[in-house]
Amino acid sequence: MRKAANNRRGSGETSERPAGAIPALLPAGTGPAGAPGNDARARRPGVRVSRPRLALYHALLLGGLFGFWYLMTEPGLIPPFYFDDPTRAKFFFGQPLEVLKRIWIWFSSGSIYVHLGVTLIETVLAFVIGTVLGLLFGLWLALSPTASTLADPYIKAMNAMPRVILAPIFAVWFGLGITSKVVFGVTLVFFIVFFNVYQGVKEVSPVVLANARMLGASGKQLLRHVYLPSATSWVFSSLHTSIGLAFVGAVVGEYLGSAKGVGYLIHQAEGVFDIDTVFAGILVLTIFALILDFAVTRIENRLLVWRPGTAETESL
Amino acid sequence: MTSATEGTSAAKAATVRAPALALDRVTCIFASRERPGDRYTAVRDTTLSVEEGEFVSVVGPTGCGKSTLLNVAAGLLTPSAGGVRIQGEPLTGINRKAGYMFQAESLMPWRNALQNVLAGLEFAGVDVDQAGQRAHAWLSRVGLAGFEERYPHQLSGGMRKRVALAQMLILDPKILLMDEPFAALDVQTRQLMENELLELWSGDRKSVLFITHDLEEAIALSDRVIVLSAGPETHPIGEFVIDLPRPRDVNEIRMTPRFVEIHSDMWHAMKDEVLKGYAQSRKQ
Repeated sequence: MRKAANNRRGSGETSERPAGAIPALLPAGTGPAGAPGNDARARRPGVRVSRPRLALYHALLLGGLFGFWYLMTEPGLIPPFYFDDPTRAKFFFGQPLEVLKRIWIWFSSGSIYVHLGVTLIETVLAFVIGTVLGLLFGLWLALSPTASTLADPYIKAMNAMPRVILAPIFAVWFGLGITSKVVFGVTLVFFIVFFNVYQGVKEVSPVVLANARMLGASGKQLLRHVYLPSATSWVFSSLHTSIGLAFVGAVVGEYLGSAKGVGYLIHQAEGVFDIDTVFAGILVLTIFALILDFAVTRIENRLLVWRPGTAETESL
Repeated sequence: MTSATEGTSAAKAATVRAPALALDRVTCIFASRERPGDRYTAVRDTTLSVEEGEFVSVVGPTGCGKSTLLNVAAGLLTPSAGGVRIQGEPLTGINRKAGYMFQAESLMPWRNALQNVLAGLEFAGVDVDQAGQRAHAWLSRVGLAGFEERYPHQLSGGMRKRVALAQMLILDPKILLMDEPFAALDVQTRQLMENELLELWSGDRKSVLFITHDLEEAIALSDRVIVLSAGPETHPIGEFVIDLPRPRDVNEIRMTPRFVEIHSDMWHAMKDEVLKGYAQSRKQ
């Protein structure tokens, strides 16, 4: 059960997000600069850059990355230093302008919406179901010593199991539609939330608990007014990780067998070595993962106003 | 050793009513979690009582099991032997007639000051508006009007203690159990809080069991001070009636000759135990 603690320390902010989910790849407005009070733990003390300036830096970094990508892959722009054929770099790494054009065509023609819709539905379902199950089981096992002793080795075993290999089995069980992806996503999300809730309940301050009991709280009231609020901050730090994993579940599921979804698009493109489309798919997924993560952060900041942040002085 | 506790104050002899709170031959033995065979006797054969409206302090060297006694009185801890009587009735489960003020931070960090104060009323099912009004009134009584919306981490240590005090007193408990409530405060804030506590207490004279390791605090506040031996196997070794006049100002009363006299008597009684406790802590 130690794992949960690591999740929290690592704060779920960087560790297990989908590949490429670096805030710098976002359009400037949606990065941490635009997010008011973006996760207090993620905000490093001592960063003293004004918001518009930070947004500018984000934009510059993003532009720089794309510029570098363009420079290295555009045939004939710089003398070839690794590949013999100047078009080889383009073949392996795609080209940013082509990638953006592909995204533009997807959205302007509307052909992406059905795929994106499917992927998002799978992600959100996996996220919601996994979180609710994790929350319920976490609370139950944390509050019932007998159940937790009984279930402990099994939970640990299931968590240690490389669950990605289950994806094809789920496809056999539940078919190639949405269900198999959702089930796979749930198996990924569940454990993250479960361990965090479990830990959150275990870490409830015994004094706060004793105080609430002395104030006359019944068992149900303790659950609602002490255990749940105390576990929320743990749950939220796990939600950042789990939203990314829900995406992984959906896309990997689609990748392994489906007829719709962004993962399916990526798989198709890989089949014909269309690297631009692969990158376009990855970019679209990344942006949507960040949007969902941003939504979680907004809800978190609203629900956890009581959490002490690092006190910051205004520089005059 | 029990003779000291039995031959108590004249007040006790005069009353026919059962004491507000009575611990009867309480023994607490803890089993070591690492080595189940290991046992630690924190408290042995402790009998003490608090009369209606009496302010009793318990002092003893650090780590002597004072908090254990209070948890037994609160019903949070079941003693290995012996029992607790509340106004003559044996206690089972949580002590509903008592309010408890903890040494450590006990406020719910996810509730603001007002919500913390009205928590007890909310648990009891009191109407929200009415609970809010009463909580407002209590916050101003402890000098925190205007701080209703603050969360505990936005309040200073002294303010948090005031909120905890209001949180306890709003339920109007007949017995107050206080576990070194002001130990974490600086000396000035502490004396302010002690005076405030005395003032609130003098209003309706609840029965108080006050735990402290500070002799001066115990003498300045109490009607009676019970001195505990060093742990393990803590038990009362002496009892002092404090006949200082009330109302008291904790700051001024420390200068009076009678205070100094009582203090020196008690210090002599305690010295050996303090040294014993110190030697034991050095050994470990």
